[in-house]
Amino acid sequence: MKFLLVLRNNPALIDALAEEDKQRLMGGHTAFMEAIQVSGELIVTQALADPSQSAVVRVRNGVPAITDGPYVEAKEFLGGYYMIDVEDRDRALELAGQIPDASIEGMGVEVRPIMFSAGTLDV
Amino acid sequence: MTRVEGLLRELAPQVLGALVRRYGQFDACEDAVQEAMLAAADQWEVADLPDSPRAWLTAVASRKLVDAVRGDAARRRREETAAALAGLHPNAVATEEVSGEDDSLALLMLCCHPAVTPASQVALTLRAVGGLTTAEIAAAYLVPEATMAPRISRAKQQIRAAGARFELPQAPERSERLAVVLHVLYLVFNEGYTASSGDDLMRPDLAVEAIRLARMLHRLLPDDSEVAGLLALMLLTDARRAARTDADGRLVPLAEQDRSGWNSELIAEGSALVDAALAHPPVGPYQLQAAIAALHDEALDPADTDWQQIAALYAVLEHIAPNPVVTLNRAVAVAMLDGPAAGLRLLTTLDDSPLARQHRLPAVRAHLLERAGDRDGARAQYRLAAERTASTQERHYLLAKSDAL
Repeated sequence: MKFLLVLRNNPALIDALAEEDKQRLMGGHTAFMEAIQVSGELIVTQALADPSQSAVVRVRNGVPAITDGPYVEAKEFLGGYYMIDVEDRDRALELAGQIPDASIEGMGVEVRPIMFSAGTLDV
Repeated sequence: MTRVEGLLRELAPQVLGALVRRYGQFDACEDAVQEAMLAAADQWEVADLPDSPRAWLTAVASRKLVDAVRGDAARRRREETAAALAGLHPNAVATEEVSGEDDSLALLMLCCHPAVTPASQVALTLRAVGGLTTAEIAAAYLVPEATMAPRISRAKQQIRAAGARFELPQAPERSERLAVVLHVLYLVFNEGYTASSGDDLMRPDLAVEAIRLARMLHRLLPDDSEVAGLLALMLLTDARRAARTDADGRLVPLAEQDRSGWNSELIAEGSALVDAALAHPPVGPYQLQAAIAALHDEALDPADTDWQQIAALYAVLEHIAPNPVVTLNRAVAVAMLDGPAAGLRLLTTLDDSPLARQHRLPAVRAHLLERAGDRDGARAQYRLAAERTASTQERHYLLAKSDAL
């Protein structure tokens, strides 16, 4: 089963972290990535640039209008994600708990199933 | 599948069996056979087949194995192993007679070792016994090759760490392992059957592959009724495949399928298999599911479906292999027999089961509420099911049902 482990960054919160915690956050991802690569569970992981680098495109009457900045002004932004293919939901939850972000006060990792052609035999 | 691909997949477990029997080291042998198969695929497509493709593959795989072990030995300074293998002449292996049949069964049981998780058992079985390449398996499961390759390596490491031996396990372990093998083949089939067909011709057909492996297993164990039952279940289910989706790829439920599109040859073969299997007790879950599938397949019109027998078979299945999904299916049959209210009553027994969080329970409940004339209730349950399904096709179907009310 495929899941997206969604990482939400709060830039203000991360800035305020002690140096030690910042290191833990960074270094923890390297170890986590290696572990799920070796286990054959990692599909892809990507980190996104700072939300200030975003642009939002809106097309009205066929005319695109581009505004710089994120879609919604918020404290938290999509910072990146892991796409994984694992045995079941429990394993996805277990892996989410191993991501350093999950252990930082004020942060958490969202585990969301990927919608993909699956299903069952005819009833 | 080209002629060469078909031949390679047929030979893969035989060649691997011969190598493992001779040298042990399942993981190294498996890599060597995979390399030999890739070499064969390149060469045989453009040139004539060798006189004995199996001997050719065995010789090439043996050489690859020797090279790999020598390389390893050099790195790890294990000259002794290298020396032991250096005297090996590939042709010696090529002419050796081994029982490909027994080997295939032992290989299946090794790949389905309990130390390995189900997803990895599936991947390893497809590669080592099915003869698929890692790239093909990755494509079939819609993951990158870089995800599938370590999964297969790790499965082999786990088998080695568990100290598993290449031999047929003795009873009672043998029947436990066979049950895992059947489950793995069932998973492969299910994935192939439920996945959208897509336009990607490179995606190997897992349902076809599962049927091929189940046929092989049935040849190896012709007297095992559950093996026959699983093969019958696959054939009887696959028989409806063409009618299961419409021209736009949307799901068509069983009752609305154009039954003239069902494959009568597969139905005849599957029905004969399950009839013969049921005559030889003990009766197992695959035989019962196949018998139910046969009853559906034999009804030329949905109205002719023998719901009484189907409900009775589900009751037996529920008794010997209790499972919420079986109860769910029995509720559908009971509703067809005694009306939607009877089915809905049975569904309430599932509200505390693991099924309560999934989409199938609300989907069935919606269907029965609709038949009972409760449109609001049905609409809410269809929407709930649509929220929960992980399949885009099912989601479209469920939302369309809700909107039509």
